[in-house]
Amino acid sequence: MKRLISALLIATGALAAQATTLQPEKSDLSFTFKQMGVPVDGKFKKFEAQLDFDAKRPEAGKIAFTVDLGSVSLGDPAFDKELAGSLWFDTKRNGKATFVSSSIKPTGPGKYDVAGKLTIKGAARDVVVPITLAQGVAVGSVGIKRLDFKIGDGEWADTSMVANDVTVKFKLAFAGL
Amino acid sequence: MMSPATRYTPVAIALHWLLALAIAGAFSVGLYMTDLPFSPTRLKLYNWHKWAGVTILALSALRLLWRLTHRTPADLPMPAWQLRAAHLIHGLLYLLFFAVPLSGWAYSSAAGFPIVWFGVLPLPDFVGKDKELAETLKLAHHLAAYGLGLLVTAHVAAALKHQFIDRDGLLARMGVGRA
Repeated sequence: MKRLISALLIATGALAAQATTLQPEKSDLSFTFKQMGVPVDGKFKKFEAQLDFDAKRPEAGKIAFTVDLGSVSLGDPAFDKELAGSLWFDTKRNGKATFVSSSIKPTGPGKYDVAGKLTIKGAARDVVVPITLAQGVAVGSVGIKRLDFKIGDGEWADTSMVANDVTVKFKLAFAGL
Repeated sequence: MMSPATRYTPVAIALHWLLALAIAGAFSVGLYMTDLPFSPTRLKLYNWHKWAGVTILALSALRLLWRLTHRTPADLPMPAWQLRAAHLIHGLLYLLFFAVPLSGWAYSSAAGFPIVWFGVLPLPDFVGKDKELAETLKLAHHLAAYGLGLLVTAHVAAALKHQFIDRDGLLARMGVGRA
């Protein structure tokens, strides 16, 4: 009997482990901000996500998201070099940004509010990210204030130059969801 | 009072001097900003330069319309080749009043930075984001701007020569002094 139980436990554990994996090639993580009124788009090329989610029990779900800050690009070498610098992402000392969910609340069919902690450059903020989930693809966007995380510090802190509001948009495709 | 045929209309004179100032300003800022390291100052100057360029483009359109619908003063007596050169330079100046800002606008669009006039009015992109095209347009914008600089220098030198060597009162046509 004991053996049977442990065998079952191992089996369910194995199932859970292979449950969901992010498909990076089908996923996007981008952001938009305004520079003297001009919309500027950028993206992160490298990011990972661990998702533990059952549509029947969304409240029990969990998501952990990690972004490689060094993979940021605005598509312009001069801007990218600046963004890696200490006043912006300071990628030498802060390689990763993380988001860890604390609760997932269903708000409609296929719609959820994911609350959690976003940590960038050592600063943590509670954010609520509304997402839409369909066919294994989670889509959503969240507005953050760059100065909450000292992104664009010092001479760049002037928000008439670079707006404080940044919209982060994502499309995360999961296999096995 | 002077007879109206000896000088340009007050609107033409006002546009001439306003645009002279604006073009000299935009040109100087353009020369200065490209050598700056990446900084808020550099981005600020780039935006101001673009706003100035679009303003110059709009005022030049107004000016051309005015020029085409109003009489210009009679030519001063001078050798025929000088008249031809003066008129040719005026024509080329008008061409570049449009070519310089338009190439700059297209360059900005191709580089992926649409122009938002005075940070308020988003302008359309006539070309999409395209790195190679941006490089070509950058070169075109620089060449056109340097061409405009040369023409302005010739135009100013000729005007000063008339005013101070020939002493024919040429500048009165543009509202400076009496004919």
